[in-house]
Amino acid sequence: MVTPWWRHRRLMPWLIQAAVGLVVLVLVAFLLGNLVRNLTQAGLLLTWSWLGNPAGFEIAETAIPFDAAMPYWRALLAGLANTLKVVLAGLVGATVLGTLVGTASFSTNGLLRRLARVYVELIRNIPLLLQLVFWYFVVFLALPNGAAALQLPGVVLAKAGLYLSWFDPAWQWQGPQLINGVWTAPLRITVEFAALLTGLVIYTGAFIAEVVRGGVASVAKGQWEAANSLGFSPLQTLTRIVLPQALRVIVPGLNSQYISLAKSSSLAVACGYTDLYSVAETTLNQTGRAVEVVVILLGSYLVIDLVISGLMNGLNGLVQLRER
Amino acid sequence: MAPVSPVMVRPGPWQRLRRELFASRVDGLISIGLIGGLVAVGLGLAKWVLVQAQWTVISANSTLFAVGRYPLEQQWRLWLLTTLLALATGLSWGLLRALPRSGASARAWPRNDRWAVAILVVLALWRPMALQLALPIQLRWWAITGLLLLARWAAGRWGAAIPASARRWMPLIWPLLYLLGMVLISGGLGLVRVAPSDWGGLLLTLLMATFSILLCFPLGVLLALGRRSNLPLLRWGSVLYIEFVRGAPLITLLFLGQNILGFLLPGGLAPDRVWRAAWVLTFFAAAYVAEAVRSGLAAIPAGQLEAARSLGLPMPQALIHVVLPQALRVALPATVGQFISLLQDTTLLSLIGLLDLLGTARTVMANPAYLGRNAEVYLVLAVLFWCCCAALGLGSRALETRLNPTAPSNVTPSR
Repeated sequence: MVTPWWRHRRLMPWLIQAAVGLVVLVLVAFLLGNLVRNLTQAGLLLTWSWLGNPAGFEIAETAIPFDAAMPYWRALLAGLANTLKVVLAGLVGATVLGTLVGTASFSTNGLLRRLARVYVELIRNIPLLLQLVFWYFVVFLALPNGAAALQLPGVVLAKAGLYLSWFDPAWQWQGPQLINGVWTAPLRITVEFAALLTGLVIYTGAFIAEVVRGGVASVAKGQWEAANSLGFSPLQTLTRIVLPQALRVIVPGLNSQYISLAKSSSLAVACGYTDLYSVAETTLNQTGRAVEVVVILLGSYLVIDLVISGLMNGLNGLVQLRER
Repeated sequence: MAPVSPVMVRPGPWQRLRRELFASRVDGLISIGLIGGLVAVGLGLAKWVLVQAQWTVISANSTLFAVGRYPLEQQWRLWLLTTLLALATGLSWGLLRALPRSGASARAWPRNDRWAVAILVVLALWRPMALQLALPIQLRWWAITGLLLLARWAAGRWGAAIPASARRWMPLIWPLLYLLGMVLISGGLGLVRVAPSDWGGLLLTLLMATFSILLCFPLGVLLALGRRSNLPLLRWGSVLYIEFVRGAPLITLLFLGQNILGFLLPGGLAPDRVWRAAWVLTFFAAAYVAEAVRSGLAAIPAGQLEAARSLGLPMPQALIHVVLPQALRVALPATVGQFISLLQDTTLLSLIGLLDLLGTARTVMANPAYLGRNAEVYLVLAVLFWCCCAALGLGSRALETRLNPTAPSNVTPSR
């Protein structure tokens, strides 16, 4: 009996791969061919020289100095710096909030436990974009200005921004002051940044809380009981015994949540914060350089993801159990 | 002899409350603080909802929120579709309940079923009135709800009498209905065409979500199989695709779809903006579904595939009949989780200028008559999304227990 060729164990894998490869190659060639032809027709063939032209638009708030006369690459860099700023602040805030809520679901207090569940279930089932516009338009833009502003010790929440106490140039601790109906303080955070940060922290915090909860639940119950019988207080048990062991499970989960926070920060445009995506959109509208702008965008986010992933993998190596 | 169980004293409600809230002094302080905070928030919210909020922005724009700028004289098509959907839902619901299940509980009317009916009736009675809809539209909603319940009752009553061979084909009404719905919504086959740019609101959101969910699932399964394949070209291709898509924020991919897709295809072949976004959503979600399915595949011991192969099953059949049914069951929660985030991600369409629910909300609030009514609109959208997502989550958990072969309720006693 002769084996038919479609049952051939050596031949078939190669045939399948050749067929798939051919289809992919033809598709890519077709798309690229169209791209080059269409771009040539539109006079937009790939070039990077436009990056040196003056941008001509202002960015409301920047982490690095920028004005409209500076070139496009500087504008994109300012956008990237803004993205990094909110991502870094968000990572810290979401980690703190997530850890608090995640450990609260192991509290002896029934109300606290249930509230932690309600928070997670409420936040995870509402789209992030909706939450961002809620924080911006409903909460932060509704803040009063001037003397009516919300005043807490050392902090003032006004529509014009959040004013915090900090050292002034003469290294004196300085609180917010109302001068001629306008607040001044050494440190001012715009409401756009505050709304984006609040939204990101509260949304990602819910997911991190689940990661932390899973990690703490993975630690054997005997560890709690042993620490308890050795005389550790509940807080000591948590911070000295349980969390260090839970980290082994938590860190890989944190990694993906951090990356998704970095990616979600691209929704900044919904609450008026000028991040990388927002600058890229303006740049595209002004120059029409679609392909280059998209390449820069995708490349930047890929690099941010890789950096976060690399750092977290390093951390993962540190917290894993070292066996002899 | 039956084992003697230890004496269990059921704590009374007062003792339970004490143990839960006031076990120690710190707990007591926390509880009092939380109760105070909750009462303050609850009262504030109730006062706002009942007194301060002005809900006319919702009731005056309910049609806009539901279907966007869908032409008024063509809206009968959507009513017809809703009626058909209600009928199909009722039939499926009744049939699922009528299926012979383990023994005695087959005839009884389960409690969760009663709850579902009660919620449905309350919603049907209350919602049209709360939205202050015109009387004919109210009547239509009542008729549709009545039809749904009638279909459910009829299917439950006589469903068991349908021969099993015929019942096996019943699920097919859903794909058929979906195709019919597409035709009804977009036109064609003798109906006036309604351009996708006229779809909006809840209609667009649901359409985008269902379209992407239906298509991203098979794509995701193929990608997951590719990633675990022995053939290097398939494996590396899948890895490259999955990691590329997962490395990029959705908004940049939508941006790519809107701005570059036109360059990639020969002139005139590029789909319009709505369909471009739908395809981007589909290809985006496929990468995430692939990762969910891959975790399911990883949970299946290699022996399953080897056993199937050594029994003489060709690779495709071994995958379809042996590996995938088990893997997809394991991957179900993660996959539905991805569907839920896909539903949430449809809100991003508003950022590229499409009029989904959020986009419609933004245009409504741009109207000077409704200036400052942000809170009302966003609250309604949040409730709507929360209910849809929570329902999907509940459904996935129910399906999980139903599919789990070792769950106690599914093990039929041997006769």
